[in-house]
Amino acid sequence: MQTVKMVVTGPFGAGKTEFIQSVSEIDVVSTERKISNQAEAAVKEATTVAMDFGRITVDEDLVLYLFGTPGQKRFDFMWEILSEGMLGFIVMVDSTRPETFREARSILETFRAYAPTPYVVAANKQDMEDAWDLEDMRHALRLDEKVKFLPCVATDKNSVKTVLLELLYSILAEME
Amino acid sequence: MALRGNLRDFTITQLLNLINLARKTGTLVVDGPSEQAFLSFREGKLAYARVGQDDGSLATVLHKANRLTVNQYRAIVERAGRISDKELGLLLINAGYLTQEEILANLQNYFTEIVRRLFTWVEGFFRFEPDMLPPSDRINVRIDLENIIIEGSRQLREWEQLSDEIPSLDMALKFTDRPLKNVNLSVEEWRVVSFINPKNTMRQIAQANKMNDLEIRRIVYGLLQAGLVEIVRPEGAVVSQSPKMFPTQDKEEQKSLVNKLIGRIKSL
Repeated sequence: MQTVKMVVTGPFGAGKTEFIQSVSEIDVVSTERKISNQAEAAVKEATTVAMDFGRITVDEDLVLYLFGTPGQKRFDFMWEILSEGMLGFIVMVDSTRPETFREARSILETFRAYAPTPYVVAANKQDMEDAWDLEDMRHALRLDEKVKFLPCVATDKNSVKTVLLELLYSILAEME
Repeated sequence: MALRGNLRDFTITQLLNLINLARKTGTLVVDGPSEQAFLSFREGKLAYARVGQDDGSLATVLHKANRLTVNQYRAIVERAGRISDKELGLLLINAGYLTQEEILANLQNYFTEIVRRLFTWVEGFFRFEPDMLPPSDRINVRIDLENIIIEGSRQLREWEQLSDEIPSLDMALKFTDRPLKNVNLSVEEWRVVSFINPKNTMRQIAQANKMNDLEIRRIVYGLLQAGLVEIVRPEGAVVSQSPKMFPTQDKEEQKSLVNKLIGRIKSL
């Protein structure tokens, strides 16, 4: 059995777990804990402290694993471990929470430094009324025009598929 | 229990706070990334400091503050090398070259500057030696730590923010398409700008300009905010894919595998 992996990263509450859940054929193996910090608890009730783990079986010889990184900064020691050997990574950003953009940028830079693998950035919650426009987000995140920056709704399977496909196209392009 | 540990767990600011509150006497020895620092205290006040190769002598302090020329400094080191700092200070005062206040102010600035430098050290080990007092031939001062601690806390916040913005100095910089015209840059910024090239990492630029991690991050942050540069992977860096990425090393098989993944995702 051959396995490959991709990493889904981003700030706390960006939607990484939902993203993986939308396409994983198994229930996401999630290591979630109740949030102790009150400010963070206002955003959601539980967070990933170790990692999320989803699986997509391609055929009997090949399996794709999706790993979600813990969003809280104090677990960033896990990031480098999870990034080891990844095909590429997806940075999730919550389009409705500009206060997380700086952290998203920092996470992106950290992962870029870990591994020279392709990546895409997904602007989650684009279906929400208070979501920022992609162009404004691109400036705020300081993303180069060449970086694939995709609208996304992590709970919508088709939207997640598009993001994964764009990352795979980038991986393929890099191999040419 | 001995006061010793790692700067990752206990910052310089926290250490100074402890020394201040406990009114400690002794020397804090800090093994930083590339050099060692000694901070001596008497009853919770900073008395003396030296770092790296600098001997922390009065002649060195005054020379670094441009109060002594190179020739004067050499003459003092060669001819008066054996006299203590206190004697040298008296000679300079009696000769009308400097006042006592000026000597003390220069020492205080020098020692405070060393502590400021330590605020940028996030890696390293420390130990507090209660029996190690400042060298007896050096002039001791009495600097209250409160203001230094406040300044250190401020700097720590800045450091954390800049580390968030620029987490790795092993990345390179390249100019954006915006032309570098009518931009007012400081001398330090120009020095950094002159080294910007996708081949040079930020760490290399810092080393070439003798800047510490905080200083280079500060300047790069300003250039990033102004949209003049962007962070890129350094050219020439190993960009080969990790052998663990694919279960096979054959390029064609790797492509076929990615194509299979694309097909599977489409069919979901």
